[in-house]
Amino acid sequence: VNALTVVDLVLAGVLTGLLYGLMALGLSVIFGVVRVVNFAHGEMMAIAMYATVVLFGWLGLDPFLALLPVAALFFGLGYLLQRGLLNPFITRPEHSQFMLLVALAIILVNVLLMIFGPDARHVQLDYLLEPIEIGPLLLDRGKVAAAAVAAVTAAALFAFFRLTLTGKAIRACADNHLGAQVIGLHVKRLYALTFGLGSACVAVAGCMMILLVDVTPTLGPGYTLLAFVIVIVGGLGSMPGALLGGVLIGVSEALAGLFIAPSAKSMFSFALLILVLLLRPQGLLGKST
Amino acid sequence: VTVNRRAASLLAAFVILLVALPLFANPYVLSVATLILFFAFTGQAWNVMMGFAGQLSLGHSLYVGVGAYAAAGLYFHYGIGPWAGVWLAILLCALLGAFIGTLAFRFRIAGVYFALLTIAFAEFTRIGFDHFPALGGPGGLFLKVEQREVLDLLALRGPPAMFYYVALVLTIAAFVLCTWLLRSRVGFYWQAIRENEEAAQALGINVFRYKMLAMLVSSSMTAVAGVFFAFYYNNLFPEQIFNISRSIEIILGPIIGGLGTLFGPIIGAALLTMVADGSTELIGALGWEIPGVKQVLYGVVLLGVVVFLPHGVWPALARKLGLQR
Repeated sequence: VNALTVVDLVLAGVLTGLLYGLMALGLSVIFGVVRVVNFAHGEMMAIAMYATVVLFGWLGLDPFLALLPVAALFFGLGYLLQRGLLNPFITRPEHSQFMLLVALAIILVNVLLMIFGPDARHVQLDYLLEPIEIGPLLLDRGKVAAAAVAAVTAAALFAFFRLTLTGKAIRACADNHLGAQVIGLHVKRLYALTFGLGSACVAVAGCMMILLVDVTPTLGPGYTLLAFVIVIVGGLGSMPGALLGGVLIGVSEALAGLFIAPSAKSMFSFALLILVLLLRPQGLLGKST
Repeated sequence: VTVNRRAASLLAAFVILLVALPLFANPYVLSVATLILFFAFTGQAWNVMMGFAGQLSLGHSLYVGVGAYAAAGLYFHYGIGPWAGVWLAILLCALLGAFIGTLAFRFRIAGVYFALLTIAFAEFTRIGFDHFPALGGPGGLFLKVEQREVLDLLALRGPPAMFYYVALVLTIAAFVLCTWLLRSRVGFYWQAIRENEEAAQALGINVFRYKMLAMLVSSSMTAVAGVFFAFYYNNLFPEQIFNISRSIEIILGPIIGGLGTLFGPIIGAALLTMVADGSTELIGALGWEIPGVKQVLYGVVLLGVVVFLPHGVWPALARKLGLQR
């Protein structure tokens, strides 16, 4: 193994990791505010991937354009899901919320199976085939583009939460639910908005992920787990933490693939998760409670 | 008193029906019944942790898998039968449970974090077994299926009715054990911890010790289920047995049936297995055989129960049967 290969792999891991981070960001935002762990997160990303496949196949819509309508659609679906189904569950115990989302995940996976069948689908863009050369390094053009989209989306989300009044109101709900109600914030609407935003994040991640990974109906559960690992490592509820966690997992997967066996790469991630839970349970960038 | 008497007679009739079932049931019904009993047993085991002591484990497939591989490995490599193997299975799973419990409870990992820790250990072990060639690796471990008509209880080889009775005995034993535990001092400590851990601690309950006890009881019971699984199905794949969907299957029964109740895991297992098999029949009859339809129906039923019966089916059913004052 020469040093150049390692650097190449680490860079590829960082790029994939940013995309992982965006996916996990959706989960983290939803948990941070609504306090519900979205156990159907990976399944939602799989749907976004299929949506991109369909838009590309039927209308020839480029995934970089398709991500706008797909994100908008997911924002609406997430909003309605929170308003219609999840809101009564906010005050119920964790296992009850878990069951609801698991039931939803089972339905989503199998509706995909009914519509698309078990075969893998992918989207290939010819202009992404040629790698980018930086000196002796070779970078996958698709990964670079996907990581750039992830970074821009994450930055937009940060700006929304920092700069807009609605974003601040949502953060107020997260900090103090009762206090937010007392000062007259429409908490239910803000929760629905947050769930919509989290869904839009995972939708953008899905539109980009299809450039790197083939999609099958059963792809979801694995990515749900991956998103959990990332947000716990980075800090559940912390936005920069999700991105950092994504990058760490991306790099560790890339290196584990090189040094151990590609099939053992997620063992590395789970070992990292166990370590973080024990040594720093609030996650790397999480606030201790 | 009348309520108790009515409950006792209903229970007795139910047990007699279960004991007599193989006399008149066809092989298909018997296999469904065995599956129900298997899930009733694993559900009962999981219920000890979550329903009694309030610790949400989402990684119980770990104990099913390790228990199954321990007994199957002994039988496969050394010809040691399941009645000896089950002790190794229990020992290994109790050790694993003790390890995870010590880490989690000493480091005060609770709620969602605890659930994710248990998933992480199950996944970690799954991938570990994928890279463990002595037990078959990803290609699976297969036990020789000998003549099924010959009854060899020592090696747990025999006709389907034998497996049915083994599952029935396990389920009844688990029910009796759980009834006793729930009504003992330990059971009340567990419920106190489940309802309010800090208050329980303030009352002088050694919270760490009793949470560990729940973990040990639950993981050991699940190990036994794993041994049964190995010898009933005769093939083990890490990808399947340690899968998170297997853990979810285990916990659906008790949650749907009624968390923390004694009959909940049994009712839940029966309901879910029958919904799964019934929808297969229904879809066959309607000619909608598209892959996925069955699971969508299953998911919709699940969703319906979670939304409309938040405490599970059993509490509502018990009221209907007049078993609750």
